[in-house]
Amino acid sequence: MSQLGDFLLLVVVILGLQAVATSRITAAVRAVALQGAALAFLPFALGHVHGVWGMVTSCAVVLVLKGAVIPLLLRRAIEKARVVHEAAPFVSLHLSVLLGAALVGAAFWISSRLVLPGPAPNRLVVPIALATLLLGFLVIVTRRKAVTQVVGYLMLENGVFIFGQALAVHLSWAVELAILLDVLAGVFVMGIAIHQISREFDHIDVDALSELRD
Amino acid sequence: MNALRPLDALLHAALLLVLPPLLPGVVARVKAIVAGRRGPPLLQPYRDLARLVRKGAVYGEGTSWVFRAGPVISLATALAAGLLLPLHARVAPLLFPGDVVAFAALLGLGRFFTVAAALDTGSAFEGMGASREASFGALAEPVLLLVLTLLCVAVGQAGFSEVLEPGKADAAVFTHPVLVVAAAALFVVLLSENSRIPVDDPNTHLELTMIHEVMVLDHSGPDLAFIEYGAAVKLFLFAALLTHLVLPFPAGGPAGAGVLLAGTLAVAVAVGLVESLMARLPLRRVPQLLMSAGALAALGLAVILQRGP
Repeated sequence: MSQLGDFLLLVVVILGLQAVATSRITAAVRAVALQGAALAFLPFALGHVHGVWGMVTSCAVVLVLKGAVIPLLLRRAIEKARVVHEAAPFVSLHLSVLLGAALVGAAFWISSRLVLPGPAPNRLVVPIALATLLLGFLVIVTRRKAVTQVVGYLMLENGVFIFGQALAVHLSWAVELAILLDVLAGVFVMGIAIHQISREFDHIDVDALSELRD
Repeated sequence: MNALRPLDALLHAALLLVLPPLLPGVVARVKAIVAGRRGPPLLQPYRDLARLVRKGAVYGEGTSWVFRAGPVISLATALAAGLLLPLHARVAPLLFPGDVVAFAALLGLGRFFTVAAALDTGSAFEGMGASREASFGALAEPVLLLVLTLLCVAVGQAGFSEVLEPGKADAAVFTHPVLVVAAAALFVVLLSENSRIPVDDPNTHLELTMIHEVMVLDHSGPDLAFIEYGAAVKLFLFAALLTHLVLPFPAGGPAGAGVLLAGTLAVAVAVGLVESLMARLPLRRVPQLLMSAGALAALGLAVILQRGP
């Protein structure tokens, strides 16, 4: 059981690194979608089974929303905005890979200093939650296109989700679903915003937006 | 650790000397089949080597002893590294604490002399190839060392014989998902170190795009045979290391040789498939590939450290 948990968590962080390393926006969206799909099975792999039907519905909802609905929304936003590549990120892709690896290392270091209220279900949960959070921040900070920043936001939320698993005993699945609903609403709004921005300005380059004058 | 029995040591030497040229043959065959051709016979590399050895060598007037030493040293270091790595058994003929570092150092030494020999010719193309080989090597070596460190930390020992002997060490490590990560990183190093697509194209015929091949353009006859043979040995060693990482090995003898043969051939087929299905990366994207492999290995190391020794 712990092997499966380790495997899922490793897959999650590798997909996070892939989202950091890729220049194709669709590849980043796919990575974050697969990440969400892998997370849906995490509660089972960690052995949190209290109230089987609640667990199954929450997993199914997570799988459908994170693995299918949100990526679909993003993909439509990408199609409408007609962007394919993250052309010139603020930090080069080489450097982002290095930074990503460094952040993963930092996450492992921080988690060794962190005091949790209870024992974590798996020794990797906390470091990988922090790593996913930090990688999400990295994507938000270093990328120029609005769509990629949404991907970073989703990774951030995935990190929060994994962290919730470390404290799952104290956190009801209803809270998880409420958070997920918020995220879905957030992505909706961002998708619409991206669409409006690209229609108004013919691009979704956030760097250029800071120079707007009315 | 028990030393290798004399019979197994002989078998080790025989495997190390005889098997390597088979792998490039298999890779070429797989590529041909995927492309819909029949392809050269599997034993073609052996015939090529025999033909080259019978020929005479030509040396340019401006070259020094470095140019002549390059092929010999690159083959010698590859074979010496082969004595440190367990092949069909769980122990190697030579074993001492820290032999994993010696393995990487020997391969690095071989690369250094290949590069030096290429520079010795004074040809612009060869200098360019040498520069590329050195820069990619500088990125691939840390990844190899990271993977080896990961394995050493996992078992708390620093010799191949302990690292690759799952029975004695912490066996749980070898069924752990981290193993997949380590194997993936090692496979990328294998592709890069052996000048395979997506890093280098061994079949390219344009000097500008060559990396490894352009360095050996001036070598001829037996020297070229040494280089080709040394390259095959290097590929074989990486394939054997990968096989040891992934497959459980019996104690030695013919069964171990069978597992080794199956594993290395599987690696050769995988290399052939990668070469057929992937395009070569642009030169400036190669460092990113190697860095990603390094990030994977570093991640694996972090996970292993988190689990505790």
